[in-house]
Amino acid sequence: MHLATYLGLLEDSEKQLTRAFEHVADKHRDEPDIEQICQKFSAWSRNHHGQILGFVEKYSEEKEDEPDKLKRDLFARNRSGALALLRDLHDLWLLTQQVQLCWTVIRQAALGLRDEELKACATYCAARTKRQTDWLLGRVKQAAPQTLLVAE
Amino acid sequence: MPETRDSITDIWGPRTGFDGQEQWPTRIDEHTTEAPDHWVQSACVLCSNGCGVDIGVKDGRIVGVRGRAVDSVNHGRLGPKGLHGWVANNSPDRLTKPLIRRNGQLEEATWEEAMSLIVQKSKDLIAKHTSSSIGFYTSGQLFLEEYYALAIVGKAGLGTPHMDGNTRLCTATAAAALKASFGSDGQPGSYADLDSTEAILHVGHNIASQQTVLWMRILDRLAGPNPPKLVVIDPRRTYTAERATVHLAPRVGTNIPVMNGLLHLIIEAGHLNHAYIEAHTLGFEELKATVAKWTPDRVERLTGVPADKLRAAADILGTCKTLVSTVLQGVYQSMQATASAVQVNNLHLLRGLLGHDGSGIYQMNGQPTAQNTRECGADGDLPGFRNWGNETHIQELADLWNVHPDQIPHWAPPTHAMQIWRYCETGSIKMLWISGTNPLVSLPDLARARKILAKEDLFVVVQDAFLTETTKYADVVLPAAIWGEKTGCFTNVGRTVHISHRAVNPPGEARSDFDIFVDYSRRMGFRDQHGAPLLTSTWQTTEDAFNAWRECTRGRPCDYTGMSYAKLSEGSGIQWPCNEEFPDGKKHLYEDGVFATATDYCETYGEDLETGAPRSKEEYQAINPDGRAFLHGVDYEPPHEEPDEQYSLWLTTGRVVFHFHTRTKTGRSKALQDAAPDSFVQLAAEDAARYGISEGDMVEVTSRRGRVLEPARVGGIEPGMVFIPFHYGYWDQADRPRAANELTLTEWDPVSKQPHYKYAAVQLRKVHA
Ligand code: SF4
Repeated sequence: MHLATYLGLLEDSEKQLTRAFEHVADKHRDEPDIEQICQKFSAWSRNHHGQILGFVEKYSEEKEDEPDKLKRDLFARNRSGALALLRDLHDLWLLTQQVQLCWTVIRQAALGLRDEELKACATYCAARTKRQTDWLLGRVKQAAPQTLLVAE
Repeated sequence: MPETRDSITDIWGPRTGFDGQEQWPTRIDEHTTEAPDHWVQSACVLCSNGCGVDIGVKDGRIVGVRGRAVDSVNHGRLGPKGLHGWVANNSPDRLTKPLIRRNGQLEEATWEEAMSLIVQKSKDLIAKHTSSSIGFYTSGQLFLEEYYALAIVGKAGLGTPHMDGNTRLCTATAAAALKASFGSDGQPGSYADLDSTEAILHVGHNIASQQTVLWMRILDRLAGPNPPKLVVIDPRRTYTAERATVHLAPRVGTNIPVMNGLLHLIIEAGHLNHAYIEAHTLGFEELKATVAKWTPDRVERLTGVPADKLRAAADILGTCKTLVSTVLQGVYQSMQATASAVQVNNLHLLRGLLGHDGSGIYQMNGQPTAQNTRECGADGDLPGFRNWGNETHIQELADLWNVHPDQIPHWAPPTHAMQIWRYCETGSIKMLWISGTNPLVSLPDLARARKILAKEDLFVVVQDAFLTETTKYADVVLPAAIWGEKTGCFTNVGRTVHISHRAVNPPGEARSDFDIFVDYSRRMGFRDQHGAPLLTSTWQTTEDAFNAWRECTRGRPCDYTGMSYAKLSEGSGIQWPCNEEFPDGKKHLYEDGVFATATDYCETYGEDLETGAPRSKEEYQAINPDGRAFLHGVDYEPPHEEPDEQYSLWLTTGRVVFHFHTRTKTGRSKALQDAAPDSFVQLAAEDAARYGISEGDMVEVTSRRGRVLEPARVGGIEPGMVFIPFHYGYWDQADRPRAANELTLTEWDPVSKQPHYKYAAVQLRKVHA
């Protein structure tokens, strides 16, 4: 059974997302909407992460050591300039996709296991992850033309 | 008769008590300095109430005003601003010639020079950086025809998404809340509902100071038989709060807990119109679950509102058979603005108190023509309440203007004001055209705003009647004609449209905003798909523009097709929708409980009220509201800045009764200026004692953004909080920092994008002179 492996991947992804939102909030403090919403989203992801830990514990015996292979390395370089905000939002969007897919996978497993608690957790967290993605998409769409066509 | 009443010492005048069976009695308020040789029909432009007024003219000069008895808005009455503000038209310091900055100095120039410079700059920028390097920041004080011209210039001519107004600072949340609940902007009720209503709720709205004439109507109800019960939610003991049956004074930033607490009590008591909820709304169960957590005790702990007072208010709001609610800046400019404003809509929906005599909601406007900024698309909306996410709506605009739909920027919502300023700051907007407003007093965090306008690489055009704090930073200043000097229409907060006729000529070479925008379009050579000039081929007068606007509104909620200049000049203002079906306008929207939420009709597909993320068309279709209104439950979030050890008090900002906006007009009326000559800081007696401050002492107020010096006014406010009016800047007095917005925060509501002026953490220190 690979459930624990995937829970590990999800746990790691939510942790990365928590940190990434925090990083972007801090880095783009001069964009007031970015700072505040990214702080809020960071708190959401931290909360999701906390919820996962319980299930990691619960299914831990079955864990195989593999999640690192699947890890993404975004935000590696310290970008600056006009493109930085757009690229950072871009990477955040990708990370939320990673998290979202993990939740989908976990929810499928929860259905198979008839684990009502895990199912409820996955439903709740997936819905909030979608709200993160939706916001990022809206903000990316707004920033894109100005960044690509006008900013130097 | 030069002055029928002294509105400075007695703001609201004598009472004429009445009740719902009769019409509000007429009282004609008048103030003239000489006997006019004739009167010209108009309406007041000093707040969103839009009182009908006649302008008295003698020898080509304005010599006074009188209220129009036939007008449904004011029945002849006028408040202090209306009676005295007109004096500004005759000020000797009106701008009469264009100015151009040469060698660092603003120097007089010809219109030809000024417009050529603007056009050359525009063309250069478009060639190098696309039209997205040009932004417009307009006002809530131009006329409808002017906004529509501006919207076409910006959206079809240039094709820039960057157009918004200072209405973002004052009424964006009104629009956002109406859209979120009902699918479209537009106030559901009529002022006449106040004549018969059983109860009135004012949330964060000091109506007695803001819309003095509307308050007279309420005072007259209170003085008559069967007076309505009054619930006021406001942290300060305002004139309005003094008359309340129940006054709730929550801590700053806690509107959501109070509103959720009220809704919870009403739901718990079963004061619900179940049939209405079932047939006409979506989201009841979620709302119920969200508010259930807000028991009176919990509300009391968080907000400071005593549980029994909350119960008393819920009892009135839950049992009245008719209810008129009004909401303003105490909600709009605070934390969770849209989410809180929407709770008032929820209250009416839960009880089915909409669409009939005696019930209505006023998500209030501040400025006189803010409604038109929104309707015409001179802000972050599209003309005729069209939906930027709806391709058919974009096509309709393209057809009206005969341009390709892709010429109209609709890849994202039109850029909101605060983002426009941010683009100026980061340098990607390189030309900013400001019309009819004075951001260097009204924007939050003024030090930052000044730095932006001072930027070398930002070309600033300012169109105004006077030199202001903002014109100081302009590259070109265009002298504008104002109210009384041009003809046009505007719409008050209650959907009532008035015409304002030209009474006198503008001073010197001043031109109307309409003429300036049309001239710009002509000089830029904007053309439609068939090569015809965009505005000038069909628009010679503002009446032509009005007729074009009528076509733009056909079939939309704000339908003007039944109006004309002739009809508007007959007597009273007229409420939209006015069309073949409703030739005299319509008192109530949503009488049948069918709201503007159908997918092909709505102004928006909605947003996440917590994050502001836009909802897609597909998601909206899946919900399929189909005429049902949305009930939105939202939980509490604490404000982003709270008092701490270093900055230990809450600052809140607001208005005084005698001034409008940044005082460019009211500060030039001797009567109004003498009545409220200077800014001040209001603080509680407890805090005054703690800091050793007495009435009149000079106090330094500091926040993380800046500092001001204000004379102290003690009392009338909760301990822990201080209040500074926002009107006062530096054009007439520059000896000390005094603009409240030196202290405020650059942050905004995620949905309406309205800045949070109502809270900031500050520190006090008595200054020894
Ligand atoms: S209430 Fe408003 S519109 Fe009426 S007179 Fe006063 S300022 Fe003018």
